[in-house]
Amino acid sequence: MRPNSSADAEQAIEGVAQIGVAALAGLRTDMLRFAQLQVRNTEVAEDLVQESIEAALRHAGSFAGNSTLKTWVFSILRNRVIDYLRQADRTVAASTLVGDGEDWQERTEHLFNAHGAWLSDARPVSWPDPEEAMRNRQFWIVFEACLDHLPDASGRAFMMREFLGFETAEICIQLKITTTNCHVLLHRARLKLRGCMQSGWGAPELR
Amino acid sequence: MLSCERVTELCSQELERRLRLPERAGLTTHLLMCSGCRNFRRQMRVLREVARGYAVGRASAEGTNDPPAGPAIRP
Repeated sequence: MRPNSSADAEQAIEGVAQIGVAALAGLRTDMLRFAQLQVRNTEVAEDLVQESIEAALRHAGSFAGNSTLKTWVFSILRNRVIDYLRQADRTVAASTLVGDGEDWQERTEHLFNAHGAWLSDARPVSWPDPEEAMRNRQFWIVFEACLDHLPDASGRAFMMREFLGFETAEICIQLKITTTNCHVLLHRARLKLRGCMQSGWGAPELR
Repeated sequence: MLSCERVTELCSQELERRLRLPERAGLTTHLLMCSGCRNFRRQMRVLREVARGYAVGRASAEGTNDPPAGPAIRP
């Protein structure tokens, strides 16, 4: 969606002036990371972000503050990512995504003993208040790094589910996998993400 | 008695589907006795909350001054 008349363009320019160039650049960076994690293609991510910002700016006048604008512009971006992923041939079959599987067995051996009970250093400990943490920039840096380390297939399934609100059934269709496999991917993603968050943020000695 | 590993699967799956009665019973019994899995289960909900917060743009490049953008979406 690009400004298609001079009135639109004018509104967009006015929008930029209202939000401020610095705030807009910050917003753009956040959006790019969000899109990049999911489409895994810099050019596509940039296009989706650009289109979303342009669409948002045309209505920037109606926003009281940057926070509201950010929430709204992210909702536009989420919809663009959803449309992108739904288009035929855009989501690749999970079987062709690399990185899942091989290291999985090894991974669970670090978590559970032969009977499936937690190993003592892997046993989950209680986390600090998430609401408080979510106000902290460092927390999000850890979160992004942990997401980035997820294997492709399980990362894809997790982000479709939790960022974009896809139902499990649709994830199965998009990734061409069975429901059982879909549950396995989501479980792996959560297990891995939890472990990563625990060492990067939840561990008492790092707080 | 379910293993911790199996319980982590159920804790993930209960976010996707309604667990069957025997699964729920097994889960409840296990959780009564296992603090590690109780923490794990709570953390599954935290991860969902955090992911949803991220998806509405709560991660801020400007640092900690930005007030949270609207109410967090609850699972």
